[in-house]
Formats: sequence, C-alpha cells, structure tokens
Amino acid sequence: MNAVTELQTRALEQVAAADDLQQLDELRVRYLGKKGEVTAQLKSLGSMDPEQRKSYGQQVNAVRDALNQAINQRRKALEAAALEQKLLSERVDVTLPGRGEHRGGLHPVTMAMERAVGIFTRLGFEVATGPEVEDDHYNFESLNFPPHHPARAMHDTFYFGDGRLLRTHTSPVQIRVMEKSDPPYRIIAPGKVFRSDSDQTHTPMFHQVEGLLVGRNVSMADLKGVLHTFVNAFFERSLEVRFRPSYFPFTEPSAEVDIGWEKGDGSEPGWLEILGCGMVHPNVLHACGVDPEEFTGYAFGMGVERLAMLRYGVTDLRQFFENDLEFLRQFH
Amino acid sequence: MQFNVEWLKKWVAVDLDAQALADKLTAAGLEVDDVRAVSGEFTDVVVAEIEDCRQHPNADKLKLCSVNDGSGEALQIVCGAPNARTGIRVPLARVGAQIGPDFKIKRAKLRGIESAGMLCSARELGLSDDHSGLMELPDDAPVGHALVEYLSLDDTVIEVDLTPNRADCLSIRGLARDVSASCDAQYTPLQIDPVPADNEAKFPIRLESPEDCPRYAGRIIRGINPTAKTPLWMAETLRRCGLRSISPTVDVTNYVLLELGQPMHAFDLDKLNGEIVVRRGRAGEKLVLLDESEVDLDTEVLAICDQDGPVAIAGIMGGMDSGVTDSTRDILFESAYFKPATIMGKARAYGMHTDASHRFERGVDPQGQVVAVERATALLLEIAGGDPGPLLLAEEPACIPRNQAVTLRPERLNAVVGCEIPKATVESILRRLGMDVEWAGDRWSVTAPSARFDIEIEEDLIEEIARIYGYDEIPEAPVSGELVPAASGHRVSLARLREALCSAGYQEAINYSFVDEGHLRAVHQDDHVLPLANPLSSDMDVLRTTLLPGLLTSLARNVRRQQPRVRLFETGVAFLQRETMNEVERLAGIATGNALPEQWGEPSRTLDFFDMKGDIERLFALRGDTCKPVFEPAELPWMHPGASAIIKLDGEAVGWCGSVHPLVAKSFEVKRSVFAFEIDLEKLLNREVPITKKISRFPSVRRDLAIQLPDHVSFAQVKNCITGCAGPLLEKIIVFDVYQGENLKKSYKSLAIGLIFNNVSSTLKDEDVDSVIETVVSGLEQHLDAQLRG
Repeated sequence: MNAVTELQTRALEQVAAADDLQQLDELRVRYLGKKGEVTAQLKSLGSMDPEQRKSYGQQVNAVRDALNQAINQRRKALEAAALEQKLLSERVDVTLPGRGEHRGGLHPVTMAMERAVGIFTRLGFEVATGPEVEDDHYNFESLNFPPHHPARAMHDTFYFGDGRLLRTHTSPVQIRVMEKSDPPYRIIAPGKVFRSDSDQTHTPMFHQVEGLLVGRNVSMADLKGVLHTFVNAFFERSLEVRFRPSYFPFTEPSAEVDIGWEKGDGSEPGWLEILGCGMVHPNVLHACGVDPEEFTGYAFGMGVERLAMLRYGVTDLRQFFENDLEFLRQFH
Repeated sequence: MQFNVEWLKKWVAVDLDAQALADKLTAAGLEVDDVRAVSGEFTDVVVAEIEDCRQHPNADKLKLCSVNDGSGEALQIVCGAPNARTGIRVPLARVGAQIGPDFKIKRAKLRGIESAGMLCSARELGLSDDHSGLMELPDDAPVGHALVEYLSLDDTVIEVDLTPNRADCLSIRGLARDVSASCDAQYTPLQIDPVPADNEAKFPIRLESPEDCPRYAGRIIRGINPTAKTPLWMAETLRRCGLRSISPTVDVTNYVLLELGQPMHAFDLDKLNGEIVVRRGRAGEKLVLLDESEVDLDTEVLAICDQDGPVAIAGIMGGMDSGVTDSTRDILFESAYFKPATIMGKARAYGMHTDASHRFERGVDPQGQVVAVERATALLLEIAGGDPGPLLLAEEPACIPRNQAVTLRPERLNAVVGCEIPKATVESILRRLGMDVEWAGDRWSVTAPSARFDIEIEEDLIEEIARIYGYDEIPEAPVSGELVPAASGHRVSLARLREALCSAGYQEAINYSFVDEGHLRAVHQDDHVLPLANPLSSDMDVLRTTLLPGLLTSLARNVRRQQPRVRLFETGVAFLQRETMNEVERLAGIATGNALPEQWGEPSRTLDFFDMKGDIERLFALRGDTCKPVFEPAELPWMHPGASAIIKLDGEAVGWCGSVHPLVAKSFEVKRSVFAFEIDLEKLLNREVPITKKISRFPSVRRDLAIQLPDHVSFAQVKNCITGCAGPLLEKIIVFDVYQGENLKKSYKSLAIGLIFNNVSSTLKDEDVDSVIETVVSGLEQHLDAQLRG
C-alpha cells in the first residue's frame, strides 16, 4: 500500500466519522484546501518525470475525486439529519386554539331583511328608501287614508308637536318614488317603522320591507306569482300560500297572505299571516300623477321581525332589541 | 263582531257546519278570530224545580233539596249554593250525566245524606263565568225538558275581526247578505212591517245641522210595563253576541243594533223638555253620560239636545239624566243617521269606545233608520206592552248619501284580476250581494245596496267579485318583466362595511330610534332634539341625535351580564332637527375589554385608542387608497379630552372616535374604559373607481431614522415635514417604535421611522437617497426641534 492509498483510506474514514458540518469542513480544508494533503500531492507532480507524473497524477486525482464525493455525500447526510432534527424540535400541538380576533356577526333582523331584499333584487326590484320622520300627507293622506278614518286607528302613531310623525309603515316610500319619476316602477323599500304599541308581540319600532310594481297589464295573478315565489325562496321550501281578502286604504283589491306553517311540535300546519298586499288603489296612482287607466300595479309589505322569527326560531320578539351578546352571537 | 250561528241561519239558508262557515267567512275577507260552542259539553242536564229546600241537618252551609225533574219521583239533592230555595227552576245534572270530559255525576253521600244529582251554576255548564249560585231559569221553564233543547244550546259563536271598510257586516243582516253571496245560499231577510199607531203622541224634532245628521227617526211608546222581564231567548241571544241583558228597553235597542246594525237610543220621555234638537255642541256645555262620566262639549261634537241643553252625545252615548230607568213607563226611541266624518275620532277623543260609535264612525246604512224603529217597537210591545205613537221622522233628503251607479268593464275586471271570469258568474256574484246590475252592451252599470256605501269605484266592484269568486281561484303568473338593471354607482356596499366590522369582532346591534332625553344630555348631544308628543314612556321620549346612548345602554347591559369583552356596532339614522329635519345615516361602534379575546401566546392588553383607530382606518380603506381620513385631536365634551379625535375627510368633519369620558360612561353605569366611534355613513360609501398606476420594477431602498423630539409634536407634523422634504422618491413611511421614558430629555419622546424610497424609472443610487435623508433630517431639526438619536 503506497502513501496515496493510505492517504485515501485515512481521509475517507475520517469523513465518514465526521459528526457535524464544521468537522467536515475542517477535513475538506485539511485534505483538499490550498495547503491540504491531497493538494500537496498534486503540487508535487510538477517535479516528477512525465511517466511517473502521468500514473501518479491519475492516482492522486482519483483520490481527490473520491474524497470530494465522500465529503459531499456526507454533507448531504448531515444536512438532512440536521433538518430532520430541526423539524422535530418545531413540532406544535395543532389542537391548541388559533390566535387573533373572534368573529362578530350580523343582527338577525339585518340578515332576514338582506335576505328578503336580495330575493327581490334578483327579481329585478331596485332598492329605494325614504325618511323615517314623515308627515300626514305621505304616511296617510296620499295613501288614501281620510282624516280620522278608523283605518288610522290600526296605526298607533307617534306624533311630534307640529303634526309630523314617525312613519307607521314603509308605504310612504311608494309615494315618494312615484312622485319623483315616471312609471314603470319596480322598487323594494326596506326600513324601520314605528307604532306606539309595546307588549309581548309588539315593539314600538320594527322593520318592514315594502314592494311596489307598477306597469302595463299588471294583475293580481302577477302579485300572487311574485309573492309565492318569494315565500318559497325565503324559506327554501315549497310552502302553501293563502291569499285572504282584506283591507288597506291604499290597495284595492287588498289581501293578506298566510303561509301554511308547521310549528314543529307535531301538530297540523296552521295558517300564519306574514304579509299584506293588494293592487295599488287608483286614488293613490292618480294622486302621484300616474294614469290608472294606463298603468296598474301591486304593492306589498311585510314585517321583517316576523320573517326572522320564523326563519331563526326566535320566540320572543323583544329579544331583537335587547342586544344581549348571548343572543346575538348565535347569528353570524 | 261576535254572533251566534243559529241567529245568522234565520237570515240566510246556509247549510254548513260552524267551522266550514268560518272558513268561508275568512276566505271572503271577514276574518274569523274564534269559533266556539255556546256552552260547555254535557249530557243529561234537565230543567228541574226545587220543591222544597231545608237546612242540611249535619252542615251549616249545605241545603237539602227535594227536586222535581219531571220523572214523577222527587229526588233528594244536597246543594251548597246560596240561592238555592223553594220554588226556583234550575238546571239539574242527573246521576249518570257527563259534564265536560272528566266529570261524571254519581250518587254520593254528603255529610251522611244521599244526593241523587247536582244542581248547576252557569259556569259549571260553560254558559258564563257566573258561579255565584245556581243558574236560575224562568218560572215557565218546562220541568224535565233537556236544557240543551230548552236553551237551544246546539249553537256556535263566531267572532269576526272586521276591517274598517266592512261596516255593513256589523250586523246579522249584513253578515247574512255576505254569506248568501260567498256560500251561494238564499238570503231570507226578516219581514219588518210598520207598527200602526195607537195614539197621536208626537215630539218635535229639529235638525239644526242636517250635514251632520240628515235623518232622525223616533217613536213615543207610552205605558210600558216597568216590571217586564227580557225573555230568555233574547237574553241568551245577546249573551251569545257578547252583550249583557239589562232591561227590556235597553235589550231591545241592543238586539236591533246587532240584528240590523242600526244603533238606537231610548230616552225617558218624562225627562225630555220641549223638543229634540240635533246640533253642534257649544263651548262650556257639559253632560253626564250613562256611564256616569262627565264630558265637555265643543263645536266639533254633535249633540242631541232638548230645550234645556244636551241630552246625548250623538252616535256615542246618551246622557244619564234622560236615560231609561226601572220605573220608566214612557219612552222615546231614537234611530238616527249621523255622517261618519262627524263621528270619527270623537269617541276616541273622549277616551271612549261604544258599540254605537264603532258603527257610526264606520257608517251605518243610510236607509236603515225607520225599519229599525219599527223592529224595536214591535219587539218592545211584545215584551213590555205599551201604546205606540206614530213614527216620528225628521230628515233632509238632500244630505242623505245615495249610492251612484258604478261602471264595470269586463276587460278591466279581467285585466286587474289576471284571469277571465265568466260574465254570468260576475252578474250572479253582484246580485247575490244585493246589487242592482244592468248590462249596457259592453259594460255593466252596478248600484250597490244602501248598506254598501263602500262601493264607489270600479276597483271596489272588482274586489267584491274577486273575493266572492275566490282569491284561491286566481292563477299565479310567473314573474316576468323587462329586466333592465339600473346603473349602480361604484359604491362601498353596506354589506361590506358590516362584514369588515364583523371580522373585527363586532356584533351588530339594533337599538330603538327614540331614547331618553336625559341620555342625550348625558352624552352632551341634546341640541337639535325632536321630542315625541306622545311617547310610550319617558325613557323613549325623543329621537336620537346620536347612536351613542343606545350603544352605551346595550354595552352596559352586557357588562352587567358578565360579558368581559363587548364589541357592538350599529347603523341607523340620527335625527337632527335644525331648520328642517336632517336624517343622517350613521355607523357607530363601541368596545370595552381587552384588545383581543383571552387567548394563549399573546400578552393580554387592554383595548386602546389605536386598536379602534385601526378598525376605523380599515373601514375607510374600503373606499380605496386615495381616501385618507385625518384624525385631529379634539375636545368633545362626551369624550376623554386627551384620547379622542375628530375624523376629517378633505377638511370636513365626518365623525369622531376615542375613549368615552369616564363620567359619561358612569352615567350609563359603566365603570370601565369604553371606546366608541360614530361616522356619517355616506362618507364611508363613496368610492373612486381604481385606475391602475405604473408599478416600479426597480428595488426599493429603506432607511431607518431614530429621532428624539418634543412630546407635543404630533406624528402628523413629523409625517408632513418628512413628506414635504423628501420629495417624490419617498414611497412610504412606517412608524416602528414610539418611546417615552429613560434616556430621553424630559418632555421628549423618541420615534423610530422607516422610510421607503423608490423610483419608477431607474434604480435608486445610494447618493440620491443620502441627499434626501440629509434634507429630511435638517428639515426635522429646523421645523420640529427634532434630533437624530445616537
């Protein structure tokens, strides 16, 4: 065994035994560095005769290559081991809770209202709004309520000293829209309304969604169709719907709409009133400068709290305005 | 309106059970609220007479009765009723009788004595709430007869909730007319004939205000028997319709009110002086009414007067002094037509509501007065005898409304309803409703009966036809229309703002728009307040001018309920009454507790100004990059003087935010530190359409500066100074540390700022940046007394 073979054996043994990257690097310097042992051997080639230089040169180069390869292999192995070690040390308990802010949520009345408005906007209705402080003209007279008419007694009204009032329904928005522009109209008007009534089933403020469609050849059949479509879409099932003749001064004919509703206690489904509607009264169209001979239309109005109670199973109306986080956090 | 089915069936040949009838009524627009039997369920209860009544030998409160139940054998019955006495006829539940589902009468021993049945109170039989004693039957009640048959208890009460337009159905006659149409059943009205006069007794009647009262009918009846009793059938009928039997005269007027819908009044003739005058009231006049209340009259009120002054408030209630009493022998019936507009609202103004006012303000049949007098006369004569005078009638025919013929076009009917209703069907419906129908080649001319004065225009007829034809029969048309979406602005949707706040942990709240004025005072925002004239309570007496009190109240409630951390937001109108009403939509939020929910791995820290400021900046960020709200220190009286700001956009104040003043929080019973904000919603919605700019492809250069500067210098000043000095190469300023304390001059603070530079067209050279930094540093030194730190 000549010196070169001995060098190779020794160097490879040392490389294989290197425990970390620093040791390995030291070995690289010791053998392959500028002043390394293998490098020294290569430098010594210059003083040899050509014959000897050729065979010795091949031998030393082979050692160098073998050593390089061994060092690289060892480095990869050490790096892989180090990485594995690092990853192992970074293990976390993935079942611990995540960090940061918790999510809040929308009010159930907002959710129901947005849902209703969304269905009607998809049917081509545009959202319209109006003031909440109204006067007698918009809240009553232009909607065909004569002064002192008993129909007004159905609207327990909040008044201000000067005759203005808080709107008792969203219907004044109909008038404001019709006064401002020309038919056809197709609007949906969500908003707050107020009645001076407070008990288990009434709050002095609540929300309505009002709809108005006026055009040529609009009929009760259209009204029935749109509302049944809405009810099924809102509750995501095919419900029985009943149109019952009723009375509102601003529609003629008028109807109340009941849905067949299962309470979920096993009893037979009963009729539950959810909205009022009708064909816009010719007096109302006329007062807004719309010719009732040329245009007909329908209007409807529904209580949002009622829709929210049905959809989300809320049983106490007053919970909507207590803003108890325990209650609100059920809605997202 | 509450009525019993058997009465209705005398007026219309309808052959439906009560529930089916109720369904028909509802389907025709007369909404049924309740259907119930006129009595409880029981079997084997008969009319019996107590032939002998003695003290029970072993019990003070019990009596021993010998009862004749018509079987021929006297029954021994123990009874505890205080009114049990010899000679009265009462209901007897025989042994074996079933009362209600759970109670069976058995032979029993009571205090040692056998009892063979039970004598009953009205309540025990489900006839009324009266449980004061045995139900006493008339002396001529047939002993042994089944009570169910004797009282015709196989009957049902229906309550209808009538809409204000259907005054015609506030009577059996009107209901019968409608049922005849909706059930296609024969209308069988009662034949009411004039009662011939026995004497010439007259009383002058003068209509001073024929506009208000164009017809006043009446009749004098002399010599009625004051001891006469209302017959059982009438008392029972009144009871089933929800009225109490009082005296024959009053009962007759009530019976006619229910039957024909015409309210009537009976005066004690002896108490009237000279004449009847129907006129407006006069200021200063007073009247004590039948219910013993005293009311003031004025010129808005229509009064029935005699020579001495008012004796009744027209259409509402009669006066006490002129009313009939137990000793009245001579009466004057009143049956008048009052214009609805004259009566509307008057009872309410007096805080009253009577069966008469309910009908008059909705309108009675303008042709129903005389027939009501005839009907009442005949009934009273039958019950209490007496001599009728001639019919008295004062009227001003020109002022009595008459229904005009209304045109109905078949094509209009079909167009509004949305389907074709056969002509024959239309005519049949209208005729069944009592209308006069004439076909005029291409249209009908329809005249409604006088009781249907609500039929004024074609649409009214269309509704009548539709509801009788059946709303159920109208098809449902699929939704259709020209779908042209309106151009919508490039705006931030409310939904996105809400979503941003939900993501930041806020829960949406909805508070009432009216608040306690004291709460507005507490938050120093009680200018421009609009008070309600009729608040429900003092804690809801004005419109809110800010959303803060509602949110503070909700926050306080949640803190009381042991919520450690509360974050709420609300959108809604603030009402500012200036020269006109400004309804400003606002978005407001409130928060208390820690900056983050309690969790591991994050140091727990109380919420501060900058947490909420961040939430607000992220809301404005929805408007786009160019929208930079400016937060200026502000002294708002409801806020912490050192930790609150006014939010401005382009110099205009659009909201405020910060720490709520501890005294304000305390007045809402909150002792913790609370942060709040309120912003004009409109200012959060306008968004610019983003137009893309050229993005630099060259690397940016960052230089960090640590500067020391006086406390009072705001970051905004520093930022303005740097921006001004640095020129266009400066892309962004980052604050990465703010420090106050040791190693600094007194009243100085230190800011660590990162400046990021870039150039769109070339790579920045170090020299370029160096010279900019030099300018910036010298600018900061000169203008803000700032120095670079070591």
